[in-house]
Amino acid sequence: MFDFLDQYDVWEAFWVTIKLTLYSAIGSLIWGTLLAAMRVSPVPVMRAFGTLYINTVRNTPLTVIIVATSLGLYQTLGIELGGGTSKDINFKLAVLGLIVYHASFVCESLRSGINTVPVGQAEAARALGLNFIQVLTLIVLPQAFRSVVAPLANVLIALTKNTTVAAAIGVAEAALLMKEMVENESDVIFLVFAVFAFGFIVLTLPVGLLLGWVSKRVAVKR
Amino acid sequence: MSDLSVLYDAPGPRAKVRNWLYSVLFLVVFVLAAWWVLGEMADKDQLAGEKWKPFFTDSRVWTTYLFPGLLNTLKAAGLSIAIALPLGAILGIGRLSDHKWVSIPAGAVVELFRAIPVLLMMVFANQAYAEFSTLEPEVRPLYAVVTGLVLYNSAVIAEIVRAGIQSLPAGQTDAAKAIGMRKGQLMSYVLLPQAVTAMLPALVSQLVVIVKDTALGGAMLGFGELLGQIREITANYGANTIAAFTVVAVIFILLNLLLTTLAGWLESRIRRGKKTTGAVVPTAATDPAGGLD
Amino acid sequence: MNLRKASMAAAAALTLALTATACGGGGSGDDDGLTIGIKFDQPGLGLKTPDGKYEGFDVDVAKYIAKEMGVKEADITWKEAPSAERENLISNGDVDFIAATYSITPERKEKVDFAGPYLMAHQDLLVRKDDNSIKSEKDLNTSDLKLCSVTGSTSAQNVKKEFAPKADLQEYGGYSECLTGLENKAADALTTDDSILAGFASQKEHQGKFRLAGLNLSDEPYGVGLKKGDTKLQKQINDAITKMVKDGSWEKAAEKHFGPADYQYDKAPKITETS
Repeated sequence: MFDFLDQYDVWEAFWVTIKLTLYSAIGSLIWGTLLAAMRVSPVPVMRAFGTLYINTVRNTPLTVIIVATSLGLYQTLGIELGGGTSKDINFKLAVLGLIVYHASFVCESLRSGINTVPVGQAEAARALGLNFIQVLTLIVLPQAFRSVVAPLANVLIALTKNTTVAAAIGVAEAALLMKEMVENESDVIFLVFAVFAFGFIVLTLPVGLLLGWVSKRVAVKR
Repeated sequence: MSDLSVLYDAPGPRAKVRNWLYSVLFLVVFVLAAWWVLGEMADKDQLAGEKWKPFFTDSRVWTTYLFPGLLNTLKAAGLSIAIALPLGAILGIGRLSDHKWVSIPAGAVVELFRAIPVLLMMVFANQAYAEFSTLEPEVRPLYAVVTGLVLYNSAVIAEIVRAGIQSLPAGQTDAAKAIGMRKGQLMSYVLLPQAVTAMLPALVSQLVVIVKDTALGGAMLGFGELLGQIREITANYGANTIAAFTVVAVIFILLNLLLTTLAGWLESRIRRGKKTTGAVVPTAATDPAGGLD
Repeated sequence: MNLRKASMAAAAALTLALTATACGGGGSGDDDGLTIGIKFDQPGLGLKTPDGKYEGFDVDVAKYIAKEMGVKEADITWKEAPSAERENLISNGDVDFIAATYSITPERKEKVDFAGPYLMAHQDLLVRKDDNSIKSEKDLNTSDLKLCSVTGSTSAQNVKKEFAPKADLQEYGGYSECLTGLENKAADALTTDDSILAGFASQKEHQGKFRLAGLNLSDEPYGVGLKKGDTKLQKQINDAITKMVKDGSWEKAAEKHFGPADYQYDKAPKITETS
């Protein structure tokens, strides 16, 4: 029944999806945290930049962002991100596009997490003479992170699904392989769809369950 | 901690100077980056007038390509939400049912379609229509895009409906039961009408997600929406891909900003409203992960 | 009017407005007209202009055929025929015939019939005017060469399977993306049929920037696709093409659309598709 899978490397495609997800998740977390720090910083220009960035990126289709990395950064500005073959460059560009998009959601989740930290915490920290960076990194962010595990899990799940958009610039991940397969194996398209849908369910369900459990474990008891 | 200025002391003279320095530094870096990008583009002849001129001097670019493309985007988004709304409502209410044989399947359908990437559903629908229907190739991508969006967004709207009903004060249910209403009456006369108001802002936010997702159809299935028009424009006006792309991106951003603002305004109206319970489902503007597909 | 009623009304109005725009779409033309499938996005061959007119070599051939069949230009309904959809359009009867860079191949002949061919194209490369690194087929098979082509096209398949499996091939959804990369040196060459490349190179925005490498990588006889077994139509079209070549209209159309790119197009091919 599943013999149509023999000529295609579904594992390889899903491996690319997993790699896209991993790298983009780490990148989004870092860039999103930096953005959140900018949005609460004492420097007005940085706050303005953060707000502008979030409002622009959240209202742009991810497809447009990913195609822009390829057409704009690579084809026009000649940024090759370390070069290599087209395949490597496209992969890196897709990761960059995914980071640009999802960091804004990480940032907003974190900002709502900062809002849950009691004012007294920051006031006490300032009373000890800590400066903004210290207040943020030592006192506020650690508590904020503990309360936003659940929203961040949602971002991670959405990110996993959104890696499919990388197909738009020809990254050989799951969605592109599925497109090729439904066109060639037209007699078993329901099976093909089932295989790929199952693959994504396997990728997203455990993440949701695991992080749901983690969020209960680390939540700040108040 | 909604007042974030609590994170730092009121700046004294030295801090003021420091903040000012940071501002200048940040701006300098920003301007340098922008300058480099524009310089590179100028080197590559991407800023040449002829590439950008058509968008300002040739109204046909708008009437032949951009407006029809925008109309297709709106058409796909509008159809999707119009079809997904009743389906989502049924799924959402089904999930709240007391009968296990209703709530469990409804929950399973919702969870299943939330876990599958919308692009896979579009690609599958496109091929399925090609195989098993006689749809003309011109309208098939539209059907495929709408099918994918409906499947995914029904599941999302089901959750919005559920949240809308659960956001209502418990007193509403108790009062309805106290005057002897049955479950069906409780739902249709008391909960749903109020939940609709509570859900409106979140639904408008969901429209933003839907509009963003229609672009997938243009990139992957040859659907003639806004993003898909770039190819047509560049075939006629030479290699002004970057210019066309920029214009399209700006249109998308403006359209979605409009929708986001509308959702935020609705939400604040309802929260302040005297005649409502003040229950509201958070929108993308207030829900941190809102607006994410 | 309280808010709830207002919002309900607004939602209803919005839904109505949106669904109202979703009607429409058109059926195909009347009986005495023709429905012809062409490309809408290929300059020089089949292009829908901003005025909603159609121009290109394929279009001229189609118009000539229609004229010979006694159909006025105003009675032609043009339909877009994307590469992947051409067989479907014909077998579903959505079009009477197709003239859309449609190469005659044995695989396609199993599903549809052809008339013609009316043009002999060859797969070739488009390179920057000042780039002389590619002289023959042998220069292609190296990983330093960044080739660009369109996803799923026969040209892309040929590169991968036939003459340059080692080349670094970038596939995009459309030719214009490749042209941007070629212009900005992110790609070294764009590969597809020379007739298509010539169309792009002839655009006034591109004139003097690119040139055809002139490699004869394959033979692509463009035919007119029609329903399997329709020998009457096939003969009509073949006669029209023969006449078009004879009275000089063929040469005029070819010169008009391919001339500016220095495209050395082959002479009009012999009709091979008869029954």
